[in-house]
This record gives sequence, C-alpha cells and structure tokens, in this order.
Amino acid sequence: MTGPANGHGPGERPLLTVEHLTMRFGGLVAIDDVSFQAADREITAIIGPNGAGKTTVFNCLTGFYKPTVGRLTLELEGHPPIFLERMEGFRIASRARVARTFQNIRLFPKMTLLENLVVAQHNKLMRASGYTVRGLFGFGYRQEEEKAVDRARYWLEQIGLVDRADDDADSLPYGDQRRLEIARAMCTEPVLLCLDEPAAGLNPRESADLNDLLTFIRNEHRIGILLIEHDMSVVMQISDRIVVLDYGRKISDGDPEFVRQDPAVIRAYLGEEEEEDLPDIVKQDLSTDGAGGAGALS
Amino acid sequence: MAANIAPASRPAGRPVDRPVDRPVDRRGILIELGGTALVVFALTVSLVGFHIKDISGGITLDLRFVDVASAVAIALVVRGWTILMRHGYHRVVAISAAAVAALLVVSLLFGGAGVQPWLPFKAELLQWLLAVLSAGFAIGAGLRISRDGRSGVAGHDGAALDEQDALMDRVGAHVQRNSLWIGGVLFAAAACFPFMPGVNLQYLDIGVLVLTYIMLGWGLNIVVGLAGLLDLGYVAFYAVGAYSFALFASPDSPLLQDLGLTEGISFWLCLPFAGLMAALAGVALGFPVLRLRGDYLAIVTLGFGEMIRVTLLNFYSLTKGPDGISNIPPPSLLGYSTQSKMDEETLQNTTEFHTAMGWDFNQADTTILLYFVILAMALTTNFFTVRVRKLPVGRAWEALREDEVACRSLGINPTNTKLTAFGFGAMFGGFAGSFFATRQTFVSPESFTFIESAVILAIVVLGGFGSQIGVVVAAFLLIGLPEIFREVQEYRMLFFGGSMVLIMLWRPAGLLAHREPTIRMHGRKGRGGRAEADRAT
Amino acid sequence: MYHVAYFLDQLINGVTLGAIYGLVAIGYTMVYGIIGMINFAHGEIFMIGTFVSLIVFLLLGLAGGVWLPLAILIVLLAAMLFTAIYGWTLERVAYRRLRASPRLAALITAIGMSIFLQNYVQLLQGARNKPLPPQITGGVEVVNTTNRAGEAYAVSLSFLQILIIVLTIVLMVVFTLLITRTALGRAQRACEQDRGMAALLGINVDRTISLTFVIGASLAAVAGLIFMLRYGATDFFVGFLTGLKAFTAAVLGGIGSLPGAMLGGLLIGLIEVFFAGYFNLEYKDVATFTILVLVLIFRPTGLLGKPDIEKV
Repeated sequence: MTGPANGHGPGERPLLTVEHLTMRFGGLVAIDDVSFQAADREITAIIGPNGAGKTTVFNCLTGFYKPTVGRLTLELEGHPPIFLERMEGFRIASRARVARTFQNIRLFPKMTLLENLVVAQHNKLMRASGYTVRGLFGFGYRQEEEKAVDRARYWLEQIGLVDRADDDADSLPYGDQRRLEIARAMCTEPVLLCLDEPAAGLNPRESADLNDLLTFIRNEHRIGILLIEHDMSVVMQISDRIVVLDYGRKISDGDPEFVRQDPAVIRAYLGEEEEEDLPDIVKQDLSTDGAGGAGALS
Repeated sequence: MAANIAPASRPAGRPVDRPVDRPVDRRGILIELGGTALVVFALTVSLVGFHIKDISGGITLDLRFVDVASAVAIALVVRGWTILMRHGYHRVVAISAAAVAALLVVSLLFGGAGVQPWLPFKAELLQWLLAVLSAGFAIGAGLRISRDGRSGVAGHDGAALDEQDALMDRVGAHVQRNSLWIGGVLFAAAACFPFMPGVNLQYLDIGVLVLTYIMLGWGLNIVVGLAGLLDLGYVAFYAVGAYSFALFASPDSPLLQDLGLTEGISFWLCLPFAGLMAALAGVALGFPVLRLRGDYLAIVTLGFGEMIRVTLLNFYSLTKGPDGISNIPPPSLLGYSTQSKMDEETLQNTTEFHTAMGWDFNQADTTILLYFVILAMALTTNFFTVRVRKLPVGRAWEALREDEVACRSLGINPTNTKLTAFGFGAMFGGFAGSFFATRQTFVSPESFTFIESAVILAIVVLGGFGSQIGVVVAAFLLIGLPEIFREVQEYRMLFFGGSMVLIMLWRPAGLLAHREPTIRMHGRKGRGGRAEADRAT
Repeated sequence: MYHVAYFLDQLINGVTLGAIYGLVAIGYTMVYGIIGMINFAHGEIFMIGTFVSLIVFLLLGLAGGVWLPLAILIVLLAAMLFTAIYGWTLERVAYRRLRASPRLAALITAIGMSIFLQNYVQLLQGARNKPLPPQITGGVEVVNTTNRAGEAYAVSLSFLQILIIVLTIVLMVVFTLLITRTALGRAQRACEQDRGMAALLGINVDRTISLTFVIGASLAAVAGLIFMLRYGATDFFVGFLTGLKAFTAAVLGGIGSLPGAMLGGLLIGLIEVFFAGYFNLEYKDVATFTILVLVLIFRPTGLLGKPDIEKV
C-alpha cells in the first residue's frame, strides 16, 4: 500500500508521469510524443477512437513493449522514483507493483478462481516457501498460504464469487471473468492498477457493478487506477481525469467536464461538423465502434 | 472402477432399426466408398505391393498384390460400417460386425488355417486387431441401439464422440479423486511383487524396466504435464545422468583413470552427483531456449538431444565413443553388494557384509535389490511432483502453461520459473539415467536416441498430462505388455506412433487427464473435506 | 590451385545437398504458413519418396531397358503422385481434426505420425539399407590439378549434378509461378492470412490446405528421387535427420517464407558440406543444430521472415 495519507488530498501527488512517450513499429508511429500524469488515489481514463494507441500506451507501461522514446516514472512516497521503461515486464509487476488486466481476458482458464488469486501472490509465497526448498518438506509455509487464501477470500467477497471459489475460471460468465481478472490484479497488492477496457462486453447492470468495484478500490485501497474505456457511462461517471488520444497523439487532457466540452475531442469523435447534443452521440458512436473489436494498436 | 463408470444399460424399448428420416444419397455413398478404395489402393500399391528384397549382389522386387487387395477390402468394410452407422442402420452394423469379430476369433482360437497371411503383420496379430475393431463397431452400434431405445430419438453422429469424451472425463476424475487408495493399492502390489509366487527373474527384470519408465514418465510429466513445455530431448538428461554416473562409478572410466583412481566411487555418492549434473545440463540448455514459443522449444530440445548423442559418440577420450563405458558396479546396500553380474573370481574374493552374515547370494537377490532401489527412486519422484503442485512454484508452472502473458503481468518471472521445471525434470531424468547405468553395467550412446525420448513422451501422452496414475498405466501398456508378449515387440513402435495420434485426435489432454485443484476453499463437496483434498493428487 | 579445386568441389556438393534440403523445407514452410503447425512427419514423406523412387526404378529395370531420360521422367512423376497421396492422407486423417487444437497437440500428433510411418516402412520393407546402382554416370571436367601429395585431383560437374540443379531450378520456378500467378496460389495466400475470412469469401479452405500438403509432399518426393540418384541408398530412417535439417533450413530462411525456404536449404547444404570438408566431419550435425538454436534465439523470424509482433 502507499502508506498513510499525510495531509495530501487525492490528486495532488502524481503517481505516474509519462513524458514524451513514442512507440514506432517499423515505419508506423503508434504513439507520438504523448505526455500525461496519473495521480495517486484517482481514476485516470484514457479514451480515444479505435487505433488511437491506447493499448500500446498500456503495453509500454507494463513492459510488454519497450518504448522507442520516452520516460515513464512511477513515484511513491518515501521511495526513489522508478523508471518503468527500463524494466522487464514481470519486474514492473513485482517491483514497481503496477498490475494490469487485458482487453481479451487472460485468466488461467483451467485453474480454479482461488488458484487464480493465489498464483497472483506468487512472489510473496515463493519467499514463504523458502524458494520451494523449505516448502517441499512442509516447514512454515502453511501459515503464509492461509493468509494468501484469506486475501483471495476477501477479493472474492468483493466481487461476490466466494461460492464459486473452487470452480474453474473458464466456467464463469463473461462479466464475472472480467471482475475476477481485476480481483486477481488486486491480489498482487499494486500501487497502480491498469485496466484495459474493463467494461467491454458487459451489460448495463454489470457495468454499474464494475463502477462500484472501481470506486471501492480507489476509495478503500487508495491506489491509482488507469483505465482504457469505450463505455462513456463508465468513463464519465467515475473518472477523475481523462486523457484523450487520437492517431497516437494526445488531443485533450482534463476533468470529465472539460473533456466533454473540448472542441478537439468533438472533432476527433464526430469529424469536422460540431454537434450540440454531444454526450449521447458520443455514447452511440463509441458503442458501435467498440463492437467492431479493436485493431492491433488500439 | 469399472463398476463406477459403466453406463447403466437398459433394455431397448422398441425397435429402432430403421433409417433415420434423411434421404439416403446412394450416389454419394458409392463415391465415398470408391474414393476410399482408390486412396487405400494408391497408398498400399507402392509400399505394400512391392517388397524390395535383398538378393545376392543387389536387390529385386517381390510382388504382394494379395496384401493390397486385402487392405482395400478391409478399408471398404470398415468404411461401409461407418456409413451405415451414420445413416442409422445400427442393427445391420451390430450384427455384421459381431459376426465378423466372432468369425475371426473362432478362426484364431481353433486353427485359423484358412486365413492367408495378410499385410506385413503376422496374420495372427492383424486378425486380432481386426477382431477388436469389429467388436468395437458391434459394441458401438449396440450401445447406440440401446440409447436410441431409451430416448426414442435416433441421435446424430457427433453425440457418440461427446459421450465417450464425457465418459473418459468421469474415469479420469474418479481416478484422480481416488488416487490415494489406488496409489496405496498399487504401492502395496509393487512392494509385494518380488515375493509373489510365480514371479521369476524374467518378470522381476520386466518390473525393474517398467519402474524405470514410470520414473522417467513422472520426471517428464513435471516438464510437459505441469509446465506445458514439450521436451523432445528428455533422453539427453537421461544420458547425462547415465554418463556422469558411469564416469565416476566404473573402474574402466577414462576419467577415473586420468585421475589415477583404480576403483569406482560408490553408487550412493554418484547418484546425487549424476542428478546434479543432469539438472545443470537442463538449466544450461534451458537458459537460452526457454524464451522460445512452445513448438520451437520442442524442436530445439530435440536438436539438443541429438547433439548430446553425437558428442558422446565422438568425444572418444572421455566417453570411449561407440565402445561405451563398461564394468559399472551395481549398487550395494550395507555392504550387501549385488556384484553378481561381475565375474566369479571377483565374487570369490570379496568379503562383504552378506558373506560375513552367511547370507546366500543369488541372481534374484540382486534383481530384488535393484527393484527396490528403482521403486524408491520412482516414489521419490512421485512424492516430489505431488508435493510441488501445492507449492507456489508448482502453481506458477501450471499458470505458465495456461497463459504466459498473464503470468508476466502478475510479476512471475517466466524464464526462471520454466528453468526450475526444466531443471527438476532433468534431475529426475539424471537419477533414472544413473539407475540405468548401474543396472546395465554398461552405457553407450546408442541407448540414448530420439526414439527413447519419444517412448517416454508417448507414456506421458497416453497416460494424460499431469496424471500420475495415468503414467503408471501407460508404462504398463507400452513397456510391460510388449516385454511380456515378445511376439508383438516388433510392432511396438508402430503402436506407439499410432496411439499418440489417436489419443491426440480423441482426447488431446491425454487418456486419464483430469485436473484436481491444488487448493480448495470449501473442501470437497459431500466428501471428506479439506484434509482429504490436501493429500490426494 | 588445389585449394580452389577443393573449394569448388565442396561448393558443387553443397549446392546439390542444398537442393534436397530446400525442396523438403518448402513443405515445412508452406504447411507452417497455412495452418501454423510444424509437420514433423514431413521428413517421413521424403523418406517415402525415396522408397517409391527406388521401387519404380526397379520396376522399370524389371520391365526391360527404358531410355534413361524417359525412365527418370516416369520415376519422377510416379514418385510425386504416390508420395503426394501419402501427404494428402496424412493431413486428412491426422491433422484436419486438430486445426483448432493447441499447437502442442498438433505437434505431438505429427511426431506420432512420424514414428508410425517410419515403422510402417520398416515393417514393410525391412530395416536394411536399400542400394540403387548409379543410374547417371559421366560428367564434365571443370578443373584438373594435383593435390598436396602430388596425385591428380579432378573436379568434375557430373551430369547427375547438372540434372539435379536444373531440375530444382525448374521446379522452383514452376512452383513460384503456381503460388504467385494462379487462383490456387491466391487461395493459399488468403488462407495464410485469415482462414475464417477466406472461407467466408467462398474459398474452399479444406481443399486449399489439402493441396498444400499435396504440393509439399510432391516436392519432397522430388527431393527423395534426387537423394536416391545422388547417394544411391535409402532406409526407413533417412527421413529423420533430413527432415530436421530441412526444418532448420526453413527456420533459417524464415518460416512461412517460400524464397526463405529455398535460400535456407541452400545455406544449410553449403554449411554442412563446408563444415565437414574444412573442420570436422563427425560434428557436422551438431553444427546444423547449433545454427537452428542460434537462429531461433537471436532472429526467430529467420532471414526473410516477417516480424511477429506479440499481441496482448
């Protein structure tokens, strides 16, 4: 956890600073000089049309791609800043404690819900089991494992799936799988949670549940959340700040009210003509956009 | 077990032997049959129809057209049955297949003179196979009749396969759940085996061999079954273990001679050393290649296996090349040496614990000791696997098999985790290799070909990835049976290859594959609860 | 002068060996391109090609003297036909149902098929080496010199080697035209990109994949014939090592890329021959596998392959 709050209100301290992030694939510029900040204990949304480079930002952030240019800094209170662009993917998760979910859900389908959540606590349990040597003979590992199960139980309670703890993950309906993936990411005890389209494919009720879960995580667990989303009902309701990308460039950045009114955003979504009744149309536009499935670089 | 899974058979309610309401496309059927005949003919006419025979000063051709004709006939009958089944004529198939099966069995049991030797198979084996196939058709059709009678609706084709699949799932699940007592019974049987009446030296030797393969299967299962890394060069680690052992244990080893030693080092010292060397080899190979995607990794491990073999063959100053290293002493226990395989003179001159105790010394005792050594080693492997599945590293292996990208996002170091799986698998391979060396008293590169890797893989595949008891069953089927029935030895590899294909087509996860969770929150419903769940595999 | 001659000799040998690897490698690379699996049994298809060639040669011998070029043409066509049927059956029986399965399941099936075919041929034809007397003799002398010991050392380009090189070039040209200019080639490239979409557009995906196996197998049969003519003997096990090396060639050239397979085959043939000729005969196979490992680690896309961006 990020330590006790000492006088700072939410949003004052930047948790993640992205500076001049650029990513090229051969001749294709997927992200072009994007800079933004995500604050601790805030929900920052990245939105933009398909192919705007949102997932690529995530992939650079979580170490799946090495950015061509740019600096990604994670600052925690009382710690020296961590430069993510230099780290390997799994270290970003284990040392910098940045957790993520995926656009196409990536659970361990043939393992149970509980196992999924216990695997997420791997590094801690590895140490507890004496890197397997001690664990093989059964000394002192059981306690840690029980703690891990308790944490898993806590998160299963939050997503309402305790009863299904011993079922295979792929037996869950789609919406539950999405929430399980978030719970799994939370089991790594992250300081920054990156969610790649968590509301994709959810019905309105599930969407509302998701809003509650994310707000709960922000308020109770006091961590930063970065999310990519197409569903404007999620974005507008829960985001504290919105970054808008288009063709790999940042075109707008601010609170929801500001972004909603920003002419640059309106142009990006609706073409050159400006419309009065924006939010509804944006909603419509985006939902049809999202249904088409995102391209490689969205 | 069988009682649990056999579907309750109920009497057929009403006759179902009528075509389903589907127009029968006679022309289509004819084309299908003709196509089958043509393809089988074209396949067999070249390689079956002509036999390249060695004669003095060259080769000539032998014609075997009867075989081609029989192959086509068999294919036509089988295809015909399939078509009839598809169109709902189950009764016709059941009766004719049963009749053919009965005819074959009768002719096999009583004389069987009327049947020509067919194909490359000795007539008898092929006949048995055909009998089994026909019986399979008869039973399948019979089951269909009884099921249709039950439901009143003639099912369509795909249902049968799903049903079989579900059946095997249940069998797999039962085996896994009851693994504790099945394992207990198997263990008791294995422990009593050498002392059972009627067990002679030959059977004991087969027992030792089967146990060696069970151990290898369990070792490879760590890599393939748990971590999902297809290792086609497992025999390399077996070889590293065997040679590391031989180089230090045999008085004939060039290495010991270079070091100025005239006597080999004891089995119990060499064994861990050999395991360590194999584990190191595993890590050394794994380190550069474990980043590779699954199928590339498989080919690279295969290449590595061949590289080790070629090196052993050519590094004469260390390995004596194709001559191999001989005179490897068997293990001793409390000075109770099993040196019976050495010459009589050595035996006469050794004063060991057992001679002091006045115990008799015979060949069977030697083998019994070897038997228990390998039994203990195999059980250690099993214990390790069962235990490690419930540890974080074991769960991480399984998670990596399921989704590597997700693992990275959770902070699991994929390379290190795979390396441990590779290292542990290699270590057990190395242990088994030491045992092989000490049992054979001789190692040479030709024992470590790709075929050996393929055999071990076939055991794991047949048994089911990750299934401990599956490996035991598969080792019995694939190693034990061909040893007991020597006549089928020739067809062993053919059967290996064929069964790998059929099992992948039918149940890609392996015959007895069924995954039990490694940890439970609610205990097993309606059963002994958490404690039992913890102990079971 | 001797050095040049020796080099030239090795070069010619390397190119002929490379022709065999290249022709087999095309089969690996095409199948990999279209269904994404390593057809491990392809080496066995090549082995069957050598056997069929041998049988047809013997048949023609039994039938009485046939004019040599005609005999070779007959053997070529017969070997391509009968081997192609094995390739077709292989796909139909073993692989078609596994298209949607994980890669490893398909690979294990292919290994099973490889073991099965090896033992099938061994049981049918026996384990012993089957020799074929040299069919094409004579050649053109290129260089005539003396070696270090002062003995005469002649480098000649035999008619057989000329035939092999011409045959390979002709086949590769025909094959390239087939892939780039015909409807079949278009269908094949479409299936490589997206099988589902190709099916929606009315391409018969099953047939296209079957044809891929047929083409791959018939090229392997040609390689088998060349192998028989060049090395004069075969057994049930020749497919294993040749297959592995051809696969290495396909990977080196960039798996999925057809020109890559040809280039890779040529390179592997040359590397093997030169390594054996200049360094060490025993370890030539180790050299090939080392190349395989190095290419896979440092340049998994091979020389001419397309980069494969990981999607998450």
